[in-house]
Amino acid sequence: MPGTFIDVRVDASVARDPEIAKKLEEICPVSIFEATPGGVRIVESNLDECVLCDLCLPAAPEGKIQIVKLYE
Amino acid sequence: MRFYEYEAKDLFRRHGLPLGKSQTIDRPEEARSAFAALGGGPVVLKSQVLSGGRMKAGAVRFADDAAAAEAAATAIFPIRVNGQECRSILVEEKTKVAKEYFVAITWDGRAKRPVCVFSDMGGIDIEEVALTHPDHVSKTHFSTIVPLMPHVAKQAVAATGVTGSDLNKLAPIVFELMKIFLAYDLTLAEINPLAKLADGRFVVLDGHIDMEAEARGQHKKLLTELGIGDDETRQARPPTAFELAGARVNAADHRGVAGNVVEFDGNLGLVIGAGGGSLTLFDAVRKHGGKPANYCEIGGNPSMSKAKELTKLILSKPGVEKIAVMMNVVSNTRVDIVARGVIKGCLEAGKDPAETIAIFRIPGAWEEEGFKILKKYGVDFCDRSVSMHDAAGRAVAKLRR
Repeated sequence: MPGTFIDVRVDASVARDPEIAKKLEEICPVSIFEATPGGVRIVESNLDECVLCDLCLPAAPEGKIQIVKLYE
Repeated sequence: MRFYEYEAKDLFRRHGLPLGKSQTIDRPEEARSAFAALGGGPVVLKSQVLSGGRMKAGAVRFADDAAAAEAAATAIFPIRVNGQECRSILVEEKTKVAKEYFVAITWDGRAKRPVCVFSDMGGIDIEEVALTHPDHVSKTHFSTIVPLMPHVAKQAVAATGVTGSDLNKLAPIVFELMKIFLAYDLTLAEINPLAKLADGRFVVLDGHIDMEAEARGQHKKLLTELGIGDDETRQARPPTAFELAGARVNAADHRGVAGNVVEFDGNLGLVIGAGGGSLTLFDAVRKHGGKPANYCEIGGNPSMSKAKELTKLILSKPGVEKIAVMMNVVSNTRVDIVARGVIKGCLEAGKDPAETIAIFRIPGAWEEEGFKILKKYGVDFCDRSVSMHDAAGRAVAKLRR
């Protein structure tokens, strides 16, 4: 479920990769990603805290992470 | 953050200021032993409250023997002074006063420096003395940067015409009070009266200390030694449930500030702040005839959830019809994050942001992103081309429609 203002989508091809999940969890300043044994989990309650820093984008192969501004 | 008189005197004693013998009691029956411990001479019993008007309320009494001291304490304990309960009673030896002086160090916001106010007509209302006998009141500014020198205190005292031995005895007391003011980040350090006794000695009879609330962490050791707990707000009145809830919102998230919530009884909720903006905006709302439901301070880039929870709290207050979200030009606070927070707060409170937010005026960092969000939800907003004063006027006008 997206936030009110922001949605973050992780491509299915990388969502189960534990290394990428770990990187995403470490890099996000507002804890939107959680690394689980099954891959990355989006913490929905934190989506609207996204500060649009884009630090998550280079943590995965290009184009696999998408930040969607729902107000645009 | 106010100190009780006995705490102020404890601080004065640590700095060597001259004080009479005293003892604090927590129960009326302790008055007898306190009377004996102070030498068995006449005493004065003073209720410990954080408010003026003790004498008028009958919460200051005199006693010449132990039985009278206990009777006075029994009478004082139940008395509420301006709504405040008596915390304890300070029993002090009664002194023979020949003359009373006044000295206070406070902050002069206009001069942006501390100021020492001294008068050789102490014991009475200093504002009245300043009006009726201006030549008996001196105002001496000093620096917080340049090291403080004793001659500054001497000038303050001498400016009221005090000379000779009295000048030489008073100046060190005033100098020490100035040092106390600077050392503990105080907003007020006052001695009134500072008494000259019949034998020529000087004694502090009453003292007031106000510490900057933000300095509490810096002076935790002192506060602990004085027995002042972290949970004691020490304001002029106890905090309301609404204010306590505001403090919890601020404490729940370390990011930014959304605090200093003060409750009022108006219908316009305020989410305001930034570089003195809160006071300016609060005044502007009142200037336009608006009735604020609250005061608060947001800034330092609060998280979305912090802004949201503050908004929900304000909207939960009975009588609040709309909120005005206004700040000075912000640099580190993100306009878009605050916009998300207040809009989400409205939505979670079951209200339409377009109807509920009377005005959103936060110009600065990420404002274009913020304005996109506000447009999407139909919220009336303005940029820095609209002054804080005019933005407040627009908010107040909407409540009149």
